[in-house]
Amino acid sequence: MTELPQQLANGLILGAMYGLIAIGYTMVYGIVQLINFAHGEIFMVGGFGALTVYLALPTGTTLALALPAMLLGGITVSVLIGVAAERFAYRPLRGAPRLAPLITAIGLSIALQQAIWKWYPDGKQARVFPQFKGHALTLLGATVQRGDLFVLLAAPLCMTALGLFVARTRSGRAMQATAQDPDTARLMGIDTDRIIVLAFAIGAAFAGIAAVAYGLRTGEVQFRMGFIMGLKAFTAAVLGGIGNIYGAMLGGLVLGVAESLATAYIEHIPGMQQFGGGAWKDVWAFVLLILVLLLRPQGLLGERVADRA
Amino acid sequence: MTPLLEVEDLRVAYGKIEAVKGISFTVPAGQVVTLIGTNGAGKTTTLRTLSGLLTPRTGKITFDGHPLNGVPAHKIVERGLAHSPEGRRLFPRLTIAENLQLGAFLRKDTAGITRDIQRVYDLFPILGERRRQPSGTLSGGEQQMLAMGRALMSRPKLLMLDEPSMGLSPIMMQKIMDTIRELRTQGTTILLVEQNAQAALSLADEGHVMETGRIVLSGTGAHLLHDASVRKAYLGED
Repeated sequence: MTELPQQLANGLILGAMYGLIAIGYTMVYGIVQLINFAHGEIFMVGGFGALTVYLALPTGTTLALALPAMLLGGITVSVLIGVAAERFAYRPLRGAPRLAPLITAIGLSIALQQAIWKWYPDGKQARVFPQFKGHALTLLGATVQRGDLFVLLAAPLCMTALGLFVARTRSGRAMQATAQDPDTARLMGIDTDRIIVLAFAIGAAFAGIAAVAYGLRTGEVQFRMGFIMGLKAFTAAVLGGIGNIYGAMLGGLVLGVAESLATAYIEHIPGMQQFGGGAWKDVWAFVLLILVLLLRPQGLLGERVADRA
Repeated sequence: MTPLLEVEDLRVAYGKIEAVKGISFTVPAGQVVTLIGTNGAGKTTTLRTLSGLLTPRTGKITFDGHPLNGVPAHKIVERGLAHSPEGRRLFPRLTIAENLQLGAFLRKDTAGITRDIQRVYDLFPILGERRRQPSGTLSGGEQQMLAMGRALMSRPKLLMLDEPSMGLSPIMMQKIMDTIRELRTQGTTILLVEQNAQAALSLADEGHVMETGRIVLSGTGAHLLHDASVRKAYLGED
């Protein structure tokens, strides 16, 4: 058990990424009751946006200097694609049966993956993402790569900013009102179409930030990376209670830590040797999801929502 | 003088089912006009169309000299038409104070908003005492007070109230009706939709009886209150 701090650190780093992506699922669901299954790809294109900015900078630019511009590039691409998806793919289907936007989302996912595969230079392979040079750091008994510090700082900052935005600003209050009762929000003079765009944009921006974190951690971006990350983040959103922003981050962290601990320790349980290790980590993540859905269907922080009028 | 609100030959349908089948009426400034009728008569549909939540099939709506057709719901409140919807429709997880602030969403005069919130608390002291509580924790009558207060926060020229007495105890209903009377004295124009015909007609200047999407009878409140057919159909007399 000496490696416990290390496993927890790995889990939290991974979980913070899940949480940042999960915000996008949960905000969009909270406002329009739509599961935007293309959100994983909105995350993925953000990674390519950041990489493109890096490649456009003069060679020899240090990563620390390049990072703000890369972040801006990643966020911009994700937000543009996210907002365009809302405007041109989902908005025309508002009021349609729920299956229609769901199928649209899956189609959009495939289209975005294939667009990168076909048109991004060398997009068929994993593209190398810049890495921070230098020794890993030791924090509270765990070894943490320099690149991972990014997400450990970004996640709490983003959550604080989002929390303040929702609770304190006029637009944030309009967003809460729209989530609770869209028709009545319109009677107050709230332009709910604008609020929906805002929810998509914030979710996409967080996905873009998560994509930079992912690139820094894994050292690559590739056209398929949105699939499993998106699925995990969606799981995190449901785990935390879909519609609740703090639930999304909590769900992400719980999922990340659970995955990390399962990978490390399950094989030491007598009789479970064959279920440990990295190959089984996705299975344990989804087992956790099923358990939560069975025991607490509204998620960790979700409320039992009465039927909407 | 032209009326504040003029509705001409309004028709509204849900798919193929026509819920409002060509109604016309006016609301003169400073008066209380009521639409009464049973469930399914088209009263709520009429209000939801006036506030832009539903799109009419045909018909003309003129408010304060300007057509309202095609104006999106969130722009209609800006013109001075506030709607307190059926079933109250508060934002349950927001506090009483936050609900009231949302009623003033389009206003920029912070000082005026604070003053108006205080006016609502003066009108309904219980709301002031519980201002930090989520509105979902209020009783039905208190929720109705808050819904009315929230609609007043936009300083409307016309206040539309949909079934304010629904589900309330007789005492609470009396309180709500007294408030409507008081608002009228203060000069607020009100379009009141009610199933409780007795209460609505006794405070209305003018009333219209709706049945299955049509206005079947119109007159002054006092006149309708004493009309034999109304008494029979809506006031439970033989």
